[in-house]
Amino acid sequence: MRGLEHRGLASADGPIVIARRSETAGYGEIVAVYGGDGRRRVGRVVDSSEDAVAIQLFDSSAGLSVDDSRVEYLGKALELRVGPDILGRVFDGLGRPTDGYPEPISSEMRDVNGMPINPAARVYPRDFIQTGVSAIDGMNTLIRGQKLPIFSGNGLPHNRLAAQIVRQARILPRGQAGEADESFAIVFAGMGIKYDVARFFIDSFERSGVLARVVMFLSLADSPSIERLITPKAALTAAEYLAYERGMHVLVVMTDMTNYCEALREVSAARGEVPSRKGYPGYLYSDLASLYERAGKIEGSPGSITQIPILSMPNDDISHPIPDLTGYITEGQIVLDRELSQKGVYPPVAGLPSLSRLMKDGIGPGMTREDHKDLSSQLFAAYAKVKSVRNLSAIIGEEELSSLDKRYLRFGERFEAEFLTQGEFEDRGIGKTLDLGWRLLGLLPREELLRLPAALIEKYLPKEGG
Amino acid sequence: MTTGRITRIAGPVVVAEGLGAAGLYDVVEVGEAKLAGEIIRMDGRGATIQVYEEDTGMRPGEPVVSLGKPLSVSLGPGLLGTIYDGIQRPLSQLKAATGAFLEPGVKGESLDRSRKWAFEPAMRPGEDFGPGSLIGRARETQLVEHRVLVPPNAKPGKARRVAPAGEYDLRDTILESESGAAFGLSHDWPVRVPRPSRRRLPPTEPLVTGLRVVDMLFPISKGGCAAVPGGFGTGKTMTQHAIAKWCDADIIVYVGCGERGNEMTDVLTEFPKLVDPRTGRSIMERTILIANTSNMPVAAREVSIYTGITLAEYYRDMGYGVAVMADSTSRWAEALRELSGRLEEMPAEEGFPAYLPTRLAEFYERGGRVETMGETVGSVSIIGAVSPPGGDFSEPVTQHTKRFIRCFWALDRDLANARHYPAISWIDSYSEYAEEVAEWWDKVDPEWRSLRGRALELLKREQRLEQIVRLIGPDALPDEQRLVLMTAEIVKSGFLQQSSFDEVDKYCAPRKQVLLLRSILEFHRRAEAAIKAGAPLPKISALPVRERLSRMKSEVPNEAEHEMRAIEDQIAGAFDELDRQYRKEEAR
Repeated sequence: MRGLEHRGLASADGPIVIARRSETAGYGEIVAVYGGDGRRRVGRVVDSSEDAVAIQLFDSSAGLSVDDSRVEYLGKALELRVGPDILGRVFDGLGRPTDGYPEPISSEMRDVNGMPINPAARVYPRDFIQTGVSAIDGMNTLIRGQKLPIFSGNGLPHNRLAAQIVRQARILPRGQAGEADESFAIVFAGMGIKYDVARFFIDSFERSGVLARVVMFLSLADSPSIERLITPKAALTAAEYLAYERGMHVLVVMTDMTNYCEALREVSAARGEVPSRKGYPGYLYSDLASLYERAGKIEGSPGSITQIPILSMPNDDISHPIPDLTGYITEGQIVLDRELSQKGVYPPVAGLPSLSRLMKDGIGPGMTREDHKDLSSQLFAAYAKVKSVRNLSAIIGEEELSSLDKRYLRFGERFEAEFLTQGEFEDRGIGKTLDLGWRLLGLLPREELLRLPAALIEKYLPKEGG
Repeated sequence: MTTGRITRIAGPVVVAEGLGAAGLYDVVEVGEAKLAGEIIRMDGRGATIQVYEEDTGMRPGEPVVSLGKPLSVSLGPGLLGTIYDGIQRPLSQLKAATGAFLEPGVKGESLDRSRKWAFEPAMRPGEDFGPGSLIGRARETQLVEHRVLVPPNAKPGKARRVAPAGEYDLRDTILESESGAAFGLSHDWPVRVPRPSRRRLPPTEPLVTGLRVVDMLFPISKGGCAAVPGGFGTGKTMTQHAIAKWCDADIIVYVGCGERGNEMTDVLTEFPKLVDPRTGRSIMERTILIANTSNMPVAAREVSIYTGITLAEYYRDMGYGVAVMADSTSRWAEALRELSGRLEEMPAEEGFPAYLPTRLAEFYERGGRVETMGETVGSVSIIGAVSPPGGDFSEPVTQHTKRFIRCFWALDRDLANARHYPAISWIDSYSEYAEEVAEWWDKVDPEWRSLRGRALELLKREQRLEQIVRLIGPDALPDEQRLVLMTAEIVKSGFLQQSSFDEVDKYCAPRKQVLLLRSILEFHRRAEAAIKAGAPLPKISALPVRERLSRMKSEVPNEAEHEMRAIEDQIAGAFDELDRQYRKEEAR
């Protein structure tokens, strides 16, 4: 469909161009801006008045001239073509195929902005996903329909961990009936990542034989930065289609959210908005929420969207606005720790700051095991104690510690070496993870295990000398 | 009705001309889609409108119609048990209309106008009435009797006709005055105007929450205001949920303001299954939910707080104790900031508008314990969560909130990391209501005041000692001081920490709270004496009663007072034995 065209711009300033008066421009509508070179650039109306229209481009504005440019109003929001054929395809950040094949055959278009889910129509997520990673399953359980980001830093193995989760994630068979043949899909959104990273994920999907079930949206580091503003939206639109219309269980991996936020800041600065912390716009929270809140399960559809966004914390600072606001929206976080990584622990999941908010309702008898909740609480408490003993030991020396504190130190060492550490291709069952936790708690005196009810201690704690 | 036309659209802010005759804060229908909006500024350029729904696709030139009245909520039977969005549209009704996703422009009736309520009149024809007079009663839920009152803005009059007992819906007239005024079961009230009361009363009765750290150390009154600040993952929402579930308020209004959708679903699925320990009924029967999650339009988020507090005041006027949970006030402040930015106002601290403290003050001042217009006593308690960026309490929202509340439950990152919940810091928190509620607690146990003082003192001493321990290790301390560390550990694990998943521990009755703390402090007193008499600390820490004290919270049910007494005997027995032993050794 061709919309109305207008010739000439009032100004072009970075990603924001101002077109002259046009009564036809709807707020949020998609426009195509053609420069004198004839190249088509996609943009969106961000301010529409009777005198002028402000357009935010998702493409480079280089080469746009004030006199020769044409603006075409397309009369609709940015849409993504969806259909069952999108599985196995690779798109750019705006949803155009880049794998050399034509557009998917479908006449179904979806607005990439989506619509908020009615809280009354959500289904509370409680299906345990076994990732086979002890640090996650045992301590920060992932639930189907959850949004659980990985907070990482440059040089930490977040990509390897994300790939491992994708490879190993499964719903435990309930009773005898397996759910192995359930339909699942993976949607991957790459924002400002290097080609190598994208390649790593493609290889990893290929090796585990799931490539045909993956939809990729790639806006690599050399694409215009503002294209990244659309990439996660396009990816989530594809995910919503697969989950809620085709009933699939979709795992969405989005990396790197930091690049998305930088693009947002860039545009906000260009528009001259009042900045809030570190120059990020005041609506960064609402904007991130409009992405993260697209995870979940809804009534009337068997499908689900589970999000694993990856973000690199600038300077490993968890109080930086990006991880901070993300943590306020997502249902927990998996924090990777540089110190652990330097010790050679893989995956270097920081024991204490990591958290899964939906864990409480997805574990326990009938789901994982009766002791899971109390055991994880006890492990957290003991590991917190380890941290404070280590601080003390750094000051007064290990020899001066009490015998109890020394036992805690030993527990801490073995917890990191045996519980947290595992191979990149090691798939640990939840039972094995929990038993491992009990074995390590056996290193501590019984009186210290106050988070565990006596009955569970009787049943699960390995007998001394045993 | 005044009609104007749109001249500019910038996100949730729309400018329209031709609305000169409309009033400030009037509700408008914006555009062809008739989206709900509110006029927030009038100037030479026209009217500035904030739109409560997503306005993508709207164009300049579309019409704007003023409805000629301020943004109001409908008040009447049928509110309880309902989940609304920020502008009081029932979300289940919207779900029936548009499915799982919220589409702009969808309309909903706040209250079911055709549902029949069993009405019992309390007023007789010929009686004089004024604002707040009781017309009659309707059973809203099994738990809550709806008292139908003359609206606070009505003129006094004389009743000509009162509907006899029977079934009525919201369209029926139940009271007619001599002067011809007619009243039904419901009325409207503008959300930004506080509902009047006769006078304010001192908040002397505690809001019993069943959380030990709150009730014993940092109590809040019925009609009090508290803030719960904490970084992400420190348990703001869990604390609010726990209080909403178990506190002894008659009505709970839970405002999910700019937070997660799944948290509201959690409340929706969990609350109907939970039974109130005092009445034995489902706690959903006393709960109203307002959900404006983070991905829903930002302007409606700004209003959701006012919608919630207005509903609370309505039930307060019936003589009920209402508790409002506002989760989170920071998101509300951010909505203010976002709208202020779109209005191109001059920002004050961190981009927040300069009127942020005024708005916060106005909100918290709507809490309080009052004598209502109908001469009953009702209260609105406000518990506001605050989400400071980076967990840093020096940011504007936390700082300004502190000026208008009297109870501060600071959530601590280290406690949360150790999964010590509720992670309310005993060092940074405070409550100015402690003195006011002491008299009420005297009736539960005259020792409340002194136990509280001793526990706080013990925890302060422990904090000082910890600083030394961090430098030289615990072994360098004398036994008395190491005993302080040990008892503080018992207070933390056996008293302050409370599991909301444990069947017994999730709600702790006032009586049990006192007995539990008394036992622990009694242990400390006896241990101190024993150490003076020469007993070594390891002997004391090896006493089986020590572990027992840490486990009592979940092993002894609320009603088993004799078991709590038994532990006191056990402590006495253990130490008597120890004393005998060491007196003998001394004698030798």
